[in-house]
Amino acid sequence: MEVLEKKNEIQDNLLKNFEAKIDRGDAIEPRDKMPDAYRKHLIRQMSQHAHSEVIGMQPEGNWITRAPSLRVRQILLAKIQDEGGHGLYLYSAAETLGISRREMIEQLHSGKAKYSNIFNYPALTWADIGAIGWLVDGAAIVNQVSLQRTSYGPYSRAMVRICKEESFHQRQGYEIMAKMMKGTKDQQEMAQDAMNRWWWPSLMMFGPHDSESPHTGDAVKWKIKRSSNDELRQKFIDKTVQQAEVIGLTIPDKDLKWNEAKKCYDHGPINWEEFYRVISGNGPCNKQRMAHHVKVHNDGAWVREAAEAYRQKKEKKIFH
Amino acid sequence: MATDSQLAMWEVFMQSKPGANYIHAGSVHASDKEMALQNARDTYTRRGEGTSIWVVPSDAIVASNPDDNEMFFDPANDKVYRIPTFYVMPEGAKAI
Ligand SMILES: [Fe+2]
Ligand SMILES: [Fe+2]
Repeated sequence: MEVLEKKNEIQDNLLKNFEAKIDRGDAIEPRDKMPDAYRKHLIRQMSQHAHSEVIGMQPEGNWITRAPSLRVRQILLAKIQDEGGHGLYLYSAAETLGISRREMIEQLHSGKAKYSNIFNYPALTWADIGAIGWLVDGAAIVNQVSLQRTSYGPYSRAMVRICKEESFHQRQGYEIMAKMMKGTKDQQEMAQDAMNRWWWPSLMMFGPHDSESPHTGDAVKWKIKRSSNDELRQKFIDKTVQQAEVIGLTIPDKDLKWNEAKKCYDHGPINWEEFYRVISGNGPCNKQRMAHHVKVHNDGAWVREAAEAYRQKKEKKIFH
Repeated sequence: MATDSQLAMWEVFMQSKPGANYIHAGSVHASDKEMALQNARDTYTRRGEGTSIWVVPSDAIVASNPDDNEMFFDPANDKVYRIPTFYVMPEGAKAI
């Protein structure tokens, strides 16, 4: 009994020290003591973030060979390469919490780890590449800018690096949309159609409303999350409406209007049924995205094996 | 298929320009040092962020334990003679 009490007291003190550190605004580093729940929350969030970067390469990769000019093909290729890099920064940061790259990939393949729901939608036309860069990366940027101030040091540093690279992603997407809106009637319709399909899923990227969000409590207290889902969503809407107006695109929300008292836009209801249907595996591309990742991972196994064999062979040469 | 290796982990340090300190950038996976250097370049220097890279096997890094910080980084405040203002300079001496 006494031993148990002593143990509880130590635990309490550790938690107190940890929370005092968070309150002071100190970063938490890999070797610092941290509550299990903090570590678990970060592993879940960071691995999901890493998987999203990597899975997000698929809808865009689909358009590399069909990009309408050499210029935009090179740009798209560089953009997708960045996303692969973002995945690597984030895997590397998550590994500092004691989970291996292999475990993370296994969790992705088994469905235990999720990735951003948005990548379960298809990129049907070239205008979708514009909409993805402008809206999807645009929404991701709002979230990532806020996460630059997250309490876990390696995560925060990865976010700073990522944010530096993201603004080109959004600009290349907006440029595509702007060009199409200056083009033929067909091109304008194509751009508007992409806008109509990507707008609502982009708003869903910020997650459920604050009133429904199950993970918020500790994540806010421990400064993993620095702004709420609804705050971030509002920020995204407020800056995007004007950009749409400038190039002549209509936001597909008849309830969208400026609220002078609150100094922000009010928007119509989000279809959360669709969100939960897609996130639970029934979106247009869930199976395709995962099947592709599993296939590429397995097809690449021989490369990793060969690299290992080559290293072993070289080491033998050195020591004999 | 044999157990899938994700290859060894390497820590990456980068110098942003000649004369600057090497700063930790993150880690990469690679089977040997050549691959580690190439992966570090591809991952961390796509925009001229660095002019020189070090890669070090992650298990070769020895890190201090934050629990020992108080003792380990004791600034030895009693050793005030480490600070230049401790010394009394003769009146009139210049540029010292
Ligand atoms: Fe990204
Ligand atoms: Fe991006």
